[in-house]
Amino acid sequence: MEDLELPGKLIVIEGTDGVGRSTHINLLHDWLEKIGKGVLVTGLTRSPLIGSGLQAAKESKYLGRQTMTLFYATDFADRLEHEIIPALRAGFVVLADRYMYTLIARDMVRGADPEWLRKLYGFALVPIAVLYLNVDIDSLVPRVLRAGKLNYWEAGMDLGLADNLFDSFYIYQSKLLSIFEGMRREYRFSNINSKGSIRAVQNRLRKKIEGVFEE
Amino acid sequence: MSIQEKHDYPGLLIVCEGIDGSGKSTQLHLLKTWLQQQQYDVFFTEWNSSRLVKKTTKVGKKKKLLTPTTFSLIHCTDFADRLEHVIIPPLKAGMIVMADRYAFTAFSRDVSRGVNPDWIRSLYDFAVRPDLAFYFRPTLETALGRILVGRADLKYYEAGMDLGLSHDPIESFRMFQERIMSEYDEMVDEWGLEVIDADQSIEEMQTQVREKVTPLLKSRKLRRG
Repeated sequence: MEDLELPGKLIVIEGTDGVGRSTHINLLHDWLEKIGKGVLVTGLTRSPLIGSGLQAAKESKYLGRQTMTLFYATDFADRLEHEIIPALRAGFVVLADRYMYTLIARDMVRGADPEWLRKLYGFALVPIAVLYLNVDIDSLVPRVLRAGKLNYWEAGMDLGLADNLFDSFYIYQSKLLSIFEGMRREYRFSNINSKGSIRAVQNRLRKKIEGVFEE
Repeated sequence: MSIQEKHDYPGLLIVCEGIDGSGKSTQLHLLKTWLQQQQYDVFFTEWNSSRLVKKTTKVGKKKKLLTPTTFSLIHCTDFADRLEHVIIPPLKAGMIVMADRYAFTAFSRDVSRGVNPDWIRSLYDFAVRPDLAFYFRPTLETALGRILVGRADLKYYEAGMDLGLSHDPIESFRMFQERIMSEYDEMVDEWGLEVIDADQSIEEMQTQVREKVTPLLKSRKLRRG
């Protein structure tokens, strides 16, 4: 997408399921407002355009992967144009809880052509910073288990990788993490170590964001 | 698979393109009848008709939520669903698939809305390349005459009202169709479209259409009922 003259700042927090994104985004939200910034938090939840249609399509069992990819891309475009860009135009800091990178990674694990995916998302606005909460699979597993968040989609059960939820989760998330690792270099994510206390990780995030504001 | 390369399914994919009022649907219908009379197994699909996607398109159009980008993406989603369910399976089964509008509709219409031409082409890269793509080309006046007779009620997106070309739906429609037509004209060589002069009579056009289809029927082992 061409550079628009937008006074706001788009900051993306990326990271796999269970790495603590929402906790940190909530804390960042409070902090940014405390220092006087207008903040919009946005995620990958369904947009008004796609919402019910996508839900119905997913439940139908006849939704092909290519179709699903395009559905999600439409949803993403809708949120970008109706939510993110207007907020940036109004000078907000937009904190995005995941962005096209997660969508691309999910589709890549499911066999989509990476080149095609990159072209598909060619319309997306380039964020001023992508903060990637990095985690290794063996630290991720206990976190997810403790939170009781082992579920069908996050375990990639649709891929038939294993006959049980745990093994499937392990294989699926390992694949996702390695795709993220590749994207981290390609798109120059800021690498944020997600080990340590919530406060320690939050401080690392704030430091990066302060750096972005100073630029 | 890519729209850039010839497919190797046993079936045949014939598509028709052209602006509204070019008479393409009538021609496709006559072709279908003719093929069926010869016992060919024919499968017919229309642009923007996937049931899975319909609800979303309807919401978007009704609430005027669609931008050029989401308009393109939702139509491509619809296309992907139909490709998987109603285009590829019959081609695999050796049937003749006839499509009333195909990817070229997106290329002409979406680019007329300001979408990047390279982006839209890469979006549809996964499509099957048609064996034969007709482009029915009337003069603008002929097409407008056919459309506007007894049907002054143009829909918002159909008239290209989202582009802000004119406040008058009919004037907007005219300007929009003119743009689309010039995009089609540009694509004739790029995609090898078979141009049919759509100012001719229905019979004249159909004769030319059948002449183009005949050699293809012999080149393939097609299913006959």
